[in-house]
Amino acid sequence: MADQALVTLTIDGVEVSVPKGTSILEAAKRAGVVIPHYCYHPGLPVAGVCRMCLVEVEKAPKLQIACATPVAEDQVVHVFSEEALKARKGVLEFLLINHPLDCPICDQAGECELQDYVFQEGQARTRYGEFAKRFNPVEDFGEDVLYVPNRCILCTRCVRFMDHLADDAVLNVSERGDRAFIGVHPDRKLDHSWAGNVVDLCPVGSLISKDFLHRARAWEIDKAASICTGCSQGCNINIDTRTDIVVRVRPRANLEVNRFFICDHGRRHYRWMNRGDRIEAPLLPTDGGLAATDWDHALHEAARVVRGSGGRAVVLVSPNTSNEALYLAKRLLEGFDTQSAFRVERTENETPLPGVENLALRTERAANVAGALALGYAEEFEAAVATLADASLVLVVDEPLDGVALSALEHTNVIYLGTALPESARGAKVVLPIANVAEGDGSFVNRDRRIQRYAQAKTSPGMARPAWWVLGELLRELDRGEPLFSAGEAFDLLASAEAVFSGMSYENLGATGRVMVEAGEVGAKA
Amino acid sequence: MQHTTEYTPVFTGEHRKRLDEILQRYPTKRAALLPAIWIVQETNGWVSDEAMAEVAEVLALTPAYVKGVVTFYTMYHQHPVGKTFVQICTTTPCNLCGAEDVVAAFLQHAGCEELGATSPDGKFTVIEVECLGACGFATPVMMNDDFIEDVTAEKVPDLVKQYS
Amino acid sequence: MGYPHKSHGKETVVLSQYFGDPEARSHAGWVKRGGYKALENALSMEPAEIIDVVKASGLRGRGGAGFPAGLKWSFMPKEKKKPHYLCCNADESEPGTFKDREIMRWTPHALIEGCAIAQYAIQAEITYIYIRGEFTEPLRIMQAAIDEAYDQGVLGPNAMGSGKRLDMYIHRGAGAYICGEETALMNSIEGRRGNPRIRPPFPAASGVFGNPTTINNVETLTAVSHILNRGAGWYKDLSLSNPKSTGTKLLSVCGHVQKPGNYEVTMGFPLGELLHDLAGGMRPGRMLKACAPGGSSVPLLNKEETEECLLDYEGCVEKGTMLGSGGVIVYDDSADMVYQAMRLAKFYAHESCAQCTQCREGTAWTVRILERILAGEGTVKDLDLLLDLSREMTGRTICVLSDSCAAVVVSSIEKFHDEFEAYINGKKAPAIAKV
Repeated sequence: MADQALVTLTIDGVEVSVPKGTSILEAAKRAGVVIPHYCYHPGLPVAGVCRMCLVEVEKAPKLQIACATPVAEDQVVHVFSEEALKARKGVLEFLLINHPLDCPICDQAGECELQDYVFQEGQARTRYGEFAKRFNPVEDFGEDVLYVPNRCILCTRCVRFMDHLADDAVLNVSERGDRAFIGVHPDRKLDHSWAGNVVDLCPVGSLISKDFLHRARAWEIDKAASICTGCSQGCNINIDTRTDIVVRVRPRANLEVNRFFICDHGRRHYRWMNRGDRIEAPLLPTDGGLAATDWDHALHEAARVVRGSGGRAVVLVSPNTSNEALYLAKRLLEGFDTQSAFRVERTENETPLPGVENLALRTERAANVAGALALGYAEEFEAAVATLADASLVLVVDEPLDGVALSALEHTNVIYLGTALPESARGAKVVLPIANVAEGDGSFVNRDRRIQRYAQAKTSPGMARPAWWVLGELLRELDRGEPLFSAGEAFDLLASAEAVFSGMSYENLGATGRVMVEAGEVGAKA
Repeated sequence: MQHTTEYTPVFTGEHRKRLDEILQRYPTKRAALLPAIWIVQETNGWVSDEAMAEVAEVLALTPAYVKGVVTFYTMYHQHPVGKTFVQICTTTPCNLCGAEDVVAAFLQHAGCEELGATSPDGKFTVIEVECLGACGFATPVMMNDDFIEDVTAEKVPDLVKQYS
Repeated sequence: MGYPHKSHGKETVVLSQYFGDPEARSHAGWVKRGGYKALENALSMEPAEIIDVVKASGLRGRGGAGFPAGLKWSFMPKEKKKPHYLCCNADESEPGTFKDREIMRWTPHALIEGCAIAQYAIQAEITYIYIRGEFTEPLRIMQAAIDEAYDQGVLGPNAMGSGKRLDMYIHRGAGAYICGEETALMNSIEGRRGNPRIRPPFPAASGVFGNPTTINNVETLTAVSHILNRGAGWYKDLSLSNPKSTGTKLLSVCGHVQKPGNYEVTMGFPLGELLHDLAGGMRPGRMLKACAPGGSSVPLLNKEETEECLLDYEGCVEKGTMLGSGGVIVYDDSADMVYQAMRLAKFYAHESCAQCTQCREGTAWTVRILERILAGEGTVKDLDLLLDLSREMTGRTICVLSDSCAAVVVSSIEKFHDEFEAYINGKKAPAIAKV
């Protein structure tokens, strides 16, 4: 990148230097100006058809579209000149003549680019008058997508996505002129595994998600940056919640991982975040089974159990456990002869998005396999389970324990950290409620060794706390550590202790993560 | 409007051979799309959804892509048409020379209720089209592939008789 | 010559000499009339030499834009890294224009020869002749002529015995005005919707199939053999007014004239003379009212401007219009200019490819307003609205289809304002029912 030639130009009085070949539209972003646009999307080939991004370029004979005009040395661009504004006002008026303006019942309202730009620079009233608007019925494109043609502005983002990125031209532009619409062939539904992206790409409420239909208004939604746990790709997502309920998962741009997209599996992979059958309080055994208690009692009891154990220990973790919790669990069992294991669901085939290099729904269906491996956990679940009877202490972190008969162990102490309580964990000495991935902060390592942070999207139920907090408190109770107040503190502790995480800090992971050093490079670096 | 009978593939035997020859002219398969749709229309009289799927199959395209192209070009029929498909130019130069009278005469004599509708006897479908590129011979009319110049309303009854 | 009429003494008959002569259609007939000498000669020249001759002749594109042909050819990469293509634009879709149709119907080998020369000059392996789908007869004739040219060794692996390979194929359109736009035409050849492409890249860098491509109109290519036969100087001297406009131009005269047809005149010929002398003038009792000299897409001229206009690129611009494709549409005093503006707007609305917002929505909206005026329900505000919409439809889009629609509307309102007013103030009975 460093040797790439830079071009310097002025956009609305701001001088910017950008690599040669950059479009005016992208250069303007760097100058702090978002030039209104519809058909342009940084993840798609340029179409140049909506004509919304018209700007004035000095010395050009007419207005230029910023999306397809490359920058030139000493170019002077006026985004808000009278002529450019008039042209964009014109486009907005043209777009609205057939638009139903049904914002009150439109899912896109509040996050609609047509609303935004009309509000920003459109004119207050139309001159279209009494003419009838174009009407076409709503069409079910199949799977999760509905098409509302009346709202469509023919930007063709969806068509280009299916054609160039999914390499499966299921959508087309049908007919011509103002009769045109986005069409399908009756033989084929929009059932591509990445098709849901067309809903996000649609700048208006024309392509909408059936799953999300009428579930929330955009302004009621809270967003949190997160990482998809659907597979080991580590796609960056936003978890959208309304009144603490996850209502939607959408891609968050990360050019290194998933660009602007997520697969439909990941998109649908959120209902479990709203599960109601959660452990809401720490539980301790009583004569009548497990009974709720408070954290002080529970931690005290857990510390007593740890102190009272020795020799062999087994730790079974979910591969969706955060690095922070994995590290603290490891620390907790220092001094034991520990077997650390996890298991992961694997499928037959990857489902790639052909238009993006190294992006697929991976066969490994968990978010933190690489993190677990880096922290010394092995995918040797069955072997670990086979030795459970010999262990004096078993620590479980959110492993659902399907097929594992923990209750049969008479001489083993079990500490169970989990979101829900499986039957076989009912014999545990201590049950500690933890937050799921939507309910806390933390980090995962994806299959390409990229460490990425996720943030809390909703509150955890009852007294449940993030696993890193629980383990941190337990270490404190054992007088083996200071209390931890954030996932960041936990991560920094981990980074200072684990060679492959060296040089990392929670802060410098940033929004898009950093790649972990290779195990082989550790020595060289030190 | 769909076929109730089983669809018979077009690209077998002679048609397949013709398409293979056409494919030789272009560096991509996609480029043979317009010629392939023409072959379908010559064979079936129109281009059905099934036919679009067949064309997609032989050219390694998607049916939706083919449909997008079919619906762009107005000469491809998306519905069955009468035995004689009548296209009358009504764009400016012909319009000035009485093309709309020719249209009215055709509708009347061919027995078509309205533009685009097929006559009850199935013999004629009459449509207005934009410029046929023979403005000096107003009004040009295409009756299937026959290009007829200098048509006036008076000549219409004979033409209808001739093509009945 | 003024096909379908006899040649007029004021014509300069070059391209149209054999219009109406069926014997000129065959290879033998064409050779007998001096055909394929230019090609034979060209194949013995260096490609760059041919381009120089064409440059020197001053030949400019006859399809509408008037871009110098030799210069266009010279934009092709000198060093061949990818296949080169020649596209011949025989879409002739501009209303009012029907000259290429006659070239193909009567002298198909003239076009093949011109294409072959150009193809060789730009080092293209293949020429695609894109003929509009409606031209069934020209299609048949051109295909027969190409087959014959292959049989006679004019085309094929050893063209004219030169050892050079020249291939030529017809690509049939299927009903789309916009495919006459060069980049839309290329998309159509590639099997796509006929959507114009954004430029750059220009065709010489990335045209059909992403390879360097030159695209020329039928008339332009047909003129090339004459230039090679008779010299650049001869062609350059064919100029009555402005030296930047050289050669002859086929003018398709249609609408309200007594003798509609194709007339071939030297560049700079007076439009008035063309209409009154060559095309037989107005019908009895009728007077000239308006004229579009370059097809439907150029601004209309009123009577006075028509009488004064000189038919070359500069002469038309001087009168605020364009020579375009040379489709001369004549309106006499019986024409309803409001109705005709609506018809043309309808044409553009029908043909809009649907890509650009201003065009897709603007052309259709324009039709509705014009229909409202014609139904007697318009207001003076509607005229302002039409002018403002037209402004937003000019210079804003990928191609000039919406500009064309706007040009017609604006020139109609400006020059025939009284006719619009008559509908608005009720002095003229509604021409159509309420929409």
